[in-house]
Amino acid sequence: MKSTCGDKVLVSGHRACPGCGAILALKHALNALGKNIIVHVATSCMEVSIMGGGVFPKGEYPLTCPSLHTAFETGGAVVSGMDAGLKALGKREGVTLVAIAGDGGTADIGIQTLSGAAERGHDFIYICYDNEAYMNTGNQRSGTTMPFAATTTTPVGQKKRGEQHIQGRLRKDMPAIMAAHGIPYIATASIAYPADLTKKVKKAANIHGPRYIHIHSPCATGWGFPESKTIEIARLAVQTGAWVLFEIENGELTVTQKVAQRKPVEDYLLVQRRFKHITDPEIAQIQELVDKKWKELGLQ
Amino acid sequence: MNTRKLMSGNRAIAEAVKLSEVNVVSAYPITPQTSIVEYLSEFIARGELAAEFVQAESEFGAMSACIGASSVGARVFTATCSQGLALMHELNYVAAGLRLPIVMAVTNRQLSQPLGMWCDHSDAMGERDSGWMQIYVESCQEAFDTVIQAFKLAETKEVLLPIMVCLDGFILSHTSEPVEIPEQKEIRDFLPAYKPDADYHTLLDVKKPLAAGGGCPPAFTMEFDYKKYEAQEKGRELLRKIDEEFGDAFGRRYGLVEAYKCDDADAILVAMGTIVGTAKDVADKLRSEKGWRVGVLKLRSYRPFPKEEVLKAAFGSKAVAVVSRAISYGLGAPVFSDVATAMSNVPEKPVLLNFIAGMGGRDVDKKGLAAVFEKTIKAAETGKIENEVEWVGLNKNLVGG
Repeated sequence: MKSTCGDKVLVSGHRACPGCGAILALKHALNALGKNIIVHVATSCMEVSIMGGGVFPKGEYPLTCPSLHTAFETGGAVVSGMDAGLKALGKREGVTLVAIAGDGGTADIGIQTLSGAAERGHDFIYICYDNEAYMNTGNQRSGTTMPFAATTTTPVGQKKRGEQHIQGRLRKDMPAIMAAHGIPYIATASIAYPADLTKKVKKAANIHGPRYIHIHSPCATGWGFPESKTIEIARLAVQTGAWVLFEIENGELTVTQKVAQRKPVEDYLLVQRRFKHITDPEIAQIQELVDKKWKELGLQ
Repeated sequence: MNTRKLMSGNRAIAEAVKLSEVNVVSAYPITPQTSIVEYLSEFIARGELAAEFVQAESEFGAMSACIGASSVGARVFTATCSQGLALMHELNYVAAGLRLPIVMAVTNRQLSQPLGMWCDHSDAMGERDSGWMQIYVESCQEAFDTVIQAFKLAETKEVLLPIMVCLDGFILSHTSEPVEIPEQKEIRDFLPAYKPDADYHTLLDVKKPLAAGGGCPPAFTMEFDYKKYEAQEKGRELLRKIDEEFGDAFGRRYGLVEAYKCDDADAILVAMGTIVGTAKDVADKLRSEKGWRVGVLKLRSYRPFPKEEVLKAAFGSKAVAVVSRAISYGLGAPVFSDVATAMSNVPEKPVLLNFIAGMGGRDVDKKGLAAVFEKTIKAAETGKIENEVEWVGLNKNLVGG
């Protein structure tokens, strides 16, 4: 179906939940890129919100750029094919290819096609919006779910304390995995820091080759906080060091948002229903993992 | 000047892909498909084919990349078989649903377990209902010609469906035969460049933005399915037409089926792929030595299924034996079911016999096919069958009972 035209790439008409962080991530990222883009949206909350669900065929279409959905785990490979196709047809100039996926579509089911596309050096920007679980299917754990977080597949009971896969890290470290591919640009971003996010997306747009941007995007319904608090929660993640804003340009890492007085991680955890069962020793374990990551990044 | 060269089925496929001037090839290696993409990589490296080659990280990635390339307007080819085709399964439905005219060669190979790399049709049967068309070829020349026909058919506006060109793994993929190769110009006249338009096709163009592949509610989904069904129905007629045009241009026609000595036949053997050639030899021998009136019906187009041609060939015969290189566990064989479906509303139909043969590369030899004919002639005389499913060449000592 045809999209309506406007100046922006993501306009009104989307079906995201009230208080959705991910839709803000896409709004900032896509509007920063402008309309000469072709996007592939992997099956996800955002696919349903901007390409699917109740959208067809009413014509209230929130994307003004060409867009394709194929499946859940295909993003890297589909943009590889688009890159090859446009190149072969002599139409590659002036078009930016963008693959959008959630954390499950990126860190779990889609990691193979993403890795292949990155390793082959295709020319594309990959945007992962991370809400730390499979929110589209109702909050099941993913590779980026934090330790002790309660999800519908990591519930809290007498024998389990939420997400149990604690292996010396806060979450599967996608930016580090992408850095290991030696691609020219990697950045983390947060919806609470839109200027930083926009700057990184614009910088990525002027680089060729595989570029990876991972945007922390709190989910009000899945994490359990009031819809009005999405930005505050996202900011607390950065202020407590549970999410660090940096970029890696040609292998060199720069922290873009320095936190002078790091808050204790409990300030971030205790305002979310998914951590309401958490004990002091468990908080201490998470704090240790945050501290470890900061040390790795050369931060205080 | 046409050239005539000795080449394998895989080489014939690659030569046809080159002359089809594809824009993108994306694939992942699997035996016995590999040499197709190796030849294509060589053509690209030597500058004989101006295409991009993406060796994906899996067959799943390969079909995803084909979809991506086709959705921006490229002519796209891939090849796989067996586990690779099974791994593509999810995306095969996506390619058909997005109405992308991708052509794929399938060097038919068994599916694990047991692990083996030999020929049967289990792999392509798993994709039977995906919306892809499937054409089974018998010779290296037919493999070459069918790739050219497939691009033309797939890209026809009334069709816009992806097509599998199926050739028997090793038996045809790695057997050399003389193949006549037309000039590039002749092929280009028959098959002009693919020029999709965003007003009609799934085409992602920043100048004409559209969205494709998003969610669709129940109120509209069945209509998409109907349009795919209709495209296959139209495709049946269009394949007949394209095959005729191909015959006019190049002197070779294949039809949707080949009915070999079926006109006066009491017993007809139906098969696909390389079994057909052996069956024709056996039929000739039985006609001359035993005086049996036997014929062979080769199914070339399997999807769309050539209903009219099957009925026409079988009309007047007393028994029809379907020899399948695939099994439908719990019932019989998919090709048998399809032949039976084609005859379901015919009042006086022949007796139908269901033979399973050649699984996992088991040789289907003249002796085995002569036995099939013998049972079929007997059924033609008695109007009865002995067993619901007959297994050709099964070693009963190994299975007990």
